[in-house]
Amino acid sequence: MHSPQPNLDTRTSDDWPSQLYRILKAADVRQMSYVPDAGHSQLIRLFSADSDVTTNVLTTEEEGVAIAAGAWLGGQRSVLLMQSSGVGNCINMLSLSAIGRFPLLMLVTMRGEWAEFNPWQVPMSRATQPSLEAIGLKVMRAETPEDLVETVESAASLAYDSDQQIAVLIGQRLIGKKKW
Amino acid sequence: MPMQAQLDRRAAVAALLKDRKDMLVVSGLGSPTYDLHSVGDHDGNFYLWGAMGGAALIGLGLAQAQPGKRVLALTGDGEQLMGLGGLATIGVARPRNLDIVVIDNQHFGETGMQASHTGRGVDLTAIAAACGFAAVGTARTLEAVQRLAAQIAEPSDGPRLFVVKVLAENPPRSLPSRDAVFIKNRFRAHLGFAAA
Repeated sequence: MHSPQPNLDTRTSDDWPSQLYRILKAADVRQMSYVPDAGHSQLIRLFSADSDVTTNVLTTEEEGVAIAAGAWLGGQRSVLLMQSSGVGNCINMLSLSAIGRFPLLMLVTMRGEWAEFNPWQVPMSRATQPSLEAIGLKVMRAETPEDLVETVESAASLAYDSDQQIAVLIGQRLIGKKKW
Repeated sequence: MPMQAQLDRRAAVAALLKDRKDMLVVSGLGSPTYDLHSVGDHDGNFYLWGAMGGAALIGLGLAQAQPGKRVLALTGDGEQLMGLGGLATIGVARPRNLDIVVIDNQHFGETGMQASHTGRGVDLTAIAAACGFAAVGTARTLEAVQRLAAQIAEPSDGPRLFVVKVLAENPPRSLPSRDAVFIKNRFRAHLGFAAA
């Protein structure tokens, strides 16, 4: 049924990237780095258009782990965006965040777990959470837009206020099926 | 074949940092960390003991957060070779206050002096130039390193990468603290940031 004034739930569902952007801005994130994923495309556009945030496109995801540590040394907060296949690239560099107790917030869109067309995404998808936990990160997961917004808000506070290393996994069911 | 390097790495790093002023320095794991510590511990030093391939990128995040300060990533050929993609990322980011100096002995010195790529024709300055760095160069003598130190003190309109070719030898280790939390908090306090 059509409604001229969409309710709040509908707005959140449709526009969770804008909600995440608002939360990360409120947390005073000043640097954002990424290897693109379709699920992050709107958040990447929002940050790239923001002259108060320095944005780095990466050749491989572990670069963003190092940039986040450098940003913190210099007094700035950084967020790192990637898809689950990129988590495998990060593992040794995450030693830096773990042993230095550097605040780290990674937002990871999941592939290979829900209506996936590409079987090559499946092995790293399966390894994503165990490998992050093995190197010492706290892993949080969200399966709905409402839960995601609340989870990222909590994760940002844990990372930047409590010097924790957090990966938020964004369920593929939430992102939706990739069109082939 | 490139000529055999004669330069002593400790003398080169001492000349490079003789007049560092308020420069912030991140050192790559292994010999560059010992070299940096050997010329005098400093609150504006962040020493790596791991995170291979990350030194220049930690430098990038730091340079972006502290645009008013010069940042030096002091690393080795093996460490920079592991982070080659980072040169593309830094070239695109184009920080005006980041310099990378590679102390290049053309070997993996920490693991038994196995020959690295830079002694077999791979030219890090050419790679950096192709990534859009504002300036690149190679120093092979103490006089050239002294000129390099003066050049680094001058402003730039983009990142710079310099290779210093040194003798392949391991001088006595000069060991900074391995406690990364301590070094991190000391570094941040140096810039005026409180520990959590």
